[in-house]
Amino acid sequence: MLGKLDWSAIPFDQPIPLIAGAVVLIAILAVLIWVVVKGHLPYLWHEWITSVDHKRIGVMYILLASVMLLRGGSDAIMMRIQQAVAYQSQGYLPPEHYNQIFSAHGTIMIFFVAMPFVIGLMNLVVPLQLGVRDVAFPTLNSVGFWLTATGALLVNLSLVIGEFARTGWLAFPPLSGLSYSPGVGVDYYAWSLQISGVGTLVAGINLVTTVLKLRTKGMNYLRMPMFCWTTLASNLLIVAAFPILTATLAMLLLDRYLGFHFFTNEAGGNVMMFMNLIWAWGHPEVYILVLPAFGIFSEVVSTFSGKALFGYRSMVLATMAICVVSFMVWLHHFFTMGAGPDVNAIFGIASMIIAIPTGVKIYNWLFTMYGGRIRFATPMLWSVGFMVTFIIGGLTGVLLAVPPADFMLHNSMFLVAHFHNVIIGGVLFGAFAGFEYWFPKAFGFRLDERWGKAGFWFTFLGFFITFIPLYIAGMLGMTRRMQHYDVAAWRPWMIVAAAGMAVLTIGVICQIVQLVVSIRNREALRDRTGDPWDGRSLEWATSSPPPVFNFAFNPDVRGEDAYWHMKAHAQQQSLERDRPEYQDIEMPRNSPTGFVCAFFATIMGFALIWHIWWMVILGGLGAWATFVVFAWRDHDEYVIPAEEVAAIDRVNLEERRSLISMAGAA
Amino acid sequence: MNLLDPQGPVAAANSTILVDSVFIMLVIVVPTIFAILAFAFWFRASNPRARFQPDFVYSGRVEMVVWAIPALTVILLGGVAWIGSHQLDPAAPVPGTGSPVRIQAVSLDWKWLFIYPDQRIATVNTLTVPAGAELNFQLTSSSVMNTFFIPQLGSMIYTMNGMVTKLNLRADNEGKLQGLSAHFSGDGFPDMMFDVNVVSPLAFPEWVATTAKTDAVLNEDSYKKLMQQGIEKGRPIYRLEDPRLFDLIATQHIPPGPGPELASEAGRPHSGGHDAR
Repeated sequence: MLGKLDWSAIPFDQPIPLIAGAVVLIAILAVLIWVVVKGHLPYLWHEWITSVDHKRIGVMYILLASVMLLRGGSDAIMMRIQQAVAYQSQGYLPPEHYNQIFSAHGTIMIFFVAMPFVIGLMNLVVPLQLGVRDVAFPTLNSVGFWLTATGALLVNLSLVIGEFARTGWLAFPPLSGLSYSPGVGVDYYAWSLQISGVGTLVAGINLVTTVLKLRTKGMNYLRMPMFCWTTLASNLLIVAAFPILTATLAMLLLDRYLGFHFFTNEAGGNVMMFMNLIWAWGHPEVYILVLPAFGIFSEVVSTFSGKALFGYRSMVLATMAICVVSFMVWLHHFFTMGAGPDVNAIFGIASMIIAIPTGVKIYNWLFTMYGGRIRFATPMLWSVGFMVTFIIGGLTGVLLAVPPADFMLHNSMFLVAHFHNVIIGGVLFGAFAGFEYWFPKAFGFRLDERWGKAGFWFTFLGFFITFIPLYIAGMLGMTRRMQHYDVAAWRPWMIVAAAGMAVLTIGVICQIVQLVVSIRNREALRDRTGDPWDGRSLEWATSSPPPVFNFAFNPDVRGEDAYWHMKAHAQQQSLERDRPEYQDIEMPRNSPTGFVCAFFATIMGFALIWHIWWMVILGGLGAWATFVVFAWRDHDEYVIPAEEVAAIDRVNLEERRSLISMAGAA
Repeated sequence: MNLLDPQGPVAAANSTILVDSVFIMLVIVVPTIFAILAFAFWFRASNPRARFQPDFVYSGRVEMVVWAIPALTVILLGGVAWIGSHQLDPAAPVPGTGSPVRIQAVSLDWKWLFIYPDQRIATVNTLTVPAGAELNFQLTSSSVMNTFFIPQLGSMIYTMNGMVTKLNLRADNEGKLQGLSAHFSGDGFPDMMFDVNVVSPLAFPEWVATTAKTDAVLNEDSYKKLMQQGIEKGRPIYRLEDPRLFDLIATQHIPPGPGPELASEAGRPHSGGHDAR
């Protein structure tokens, strides 16, 4: 009846996951009860859960990423403490637990923190920057988000029901095969990623279509803000790379469920095939993450320097070059498999070639600052911090691309330090910069600067205190994923790294406090004009938060930095005519399709993991039926009458006019 | 286990390339970081002496320089990578004094088996080699993937079931080194560290002779016991019955090691083994 599921799946003998799970469960229940008792449920349902508004979906993506960041961060803290204490002892985490933690940490941080964070920011901002009213496929957008949430839910469910993978975040066979991992851990891993992978793929298709097909009048390709370009590149990579992940995991699942032999030791299976395939997805994946971050930094550096981006066309070229070359370097993740010197050298050099456009980007940001008038608001701090940190990560990355050096450093703590250096220093700093930068746009008030800056400095310093010791440990021969060790020389560095982790944690706490303080003081921090940073692109041309239709009139773009152009040429009249003739606007209707579909997908995923076949059929049918119902809908749009558009738009116009006249009087 | 304290020519060449590459990159990285901080500081909004040039958004000369600097660096480093990959190919010979020693390494769950086919002996978790001689490694795995790595001798390489990888090394100085597995392989992974005893070319035959006198025999049966999951705190030594044992393992004539379920049925029978937990 319940497949492999019975009471032994609950880890009653392990207090840490049980208590953690219980705390999370109580927190979720408390929030749910509060929502129901306070009567917020209809609001949540109509305004958020069923919303197909790209801004709302973007915010929900970022909320998911932030919550999962806390989960992944807790894993990181536990790992740092374990390695600090597990010298000549077992530490406090037994191997079967420690191995789950580092596997979950990697999986969560990449798939459920970094991915939703950047996809959320792209969702929130790109349609605004393009001057359009929504993404190309609004309901599909909602489906994509909720399927990602399903994946995150399943990963967290493994904390209390069963176990998570003990194989590392890429689950290499044969260790992840049925013979060596008979438990449900790898199944949790694979099904979570299969389901959320579908979500990511549809998000990618959606954003590619949006950038290619939905641009406002005059917004030709070479007038798009840099963030739109990096969004295009990143989502092209998603569309090209995620099917590889899906296919690879499907083959692994066929091995595990139906006795296939794609990646087994026996019967002609080939483990290196998995290695090749997973990295053929995995290397583009890191550029999927970091390209949008590059876009964010381009926006932030340009805005806060009060200048247009230096070498815009060069930046576009560099972005697309990275997009293409990133598909040709995957083998550098396993130089040590014993391929010939020609293969290693060619992939090594190809990997270095990516450093050229990346270097160009750094220099172009540098020259954007040159001759600027730089305001050091929090987003700008993250950007300068990124430039310094990322160069160091780039250096160690190019070093690892030299095969003979990689023969010493592969899979070591040096490697761990390197990819945290580029993912924290690049993607996470970028995500935080974007969060601080676009928060006022999403919610209508700015974030507290003092706490934001404190958050930056603690995170920045904490990063170096944590990861420089890991570089050194790697140079001392320490390999990654060690549950305990007996080498005295590694110990001090593990202790320093744990201390650094404490500093990083303070940084995260500062950012949480920042959010709380800012919400409390939101009236003082209110942004009434919609343009709090003196911005340059179209998202600042509408109110904060933007109305559901984004723009009362489709903006007419006459050059790069569209909004700056309008401001500079006093063309705001084009947006703000005295008596504009407002027209009815059609917007897509809200739809519960995404939520209901993800609900059934969760049931199906859970049932697949535990081999509960009747429930698999139930979930599958439910998800399918949801789509059929959606496909047979009669009304998919509603009309906002011109008077309502006018009423909403005039409020914002008044605010902007009063600001302009105040500036004129002063 | 310091990578910058190499004890053999391969490690020395690896770490030279490592250090050289870092210095080549530092030549442009340090000025760039300095420029970032300097520009950010000088062009701060509150500095009245900084000239505001909002129209400085394109310069063909600057563009040429910013594409050229990373490109030139990569051309230089690419040359280092190309030459280094060929000279330091793991399978490339590493000439030494005396006759080369053939060693067949098998990664087991979770220990290392070193077979000396010519000497007809085998050891677990200890590798004894003569100083100065070329060491020809052939490597495979009994079950999951591992990576064979002696940091101070250089160049790690994967071990994979059903496949044989080749690695040539040389240890120049007598002494004790440590090796480990550098690819996560399951619960006993951190206990896959092994000792490397580099002895004098004269002491090596003596050690071989002493080891060959042991009663324990490594054949297909004892190997199958050894490959059960478990960690090994001792340092067992064996007489090798069949010098083709490695080939039997690598060609899967001896099937891959069992996973945890089978191991628990078999009840971890081999001597000296401890539960990983």
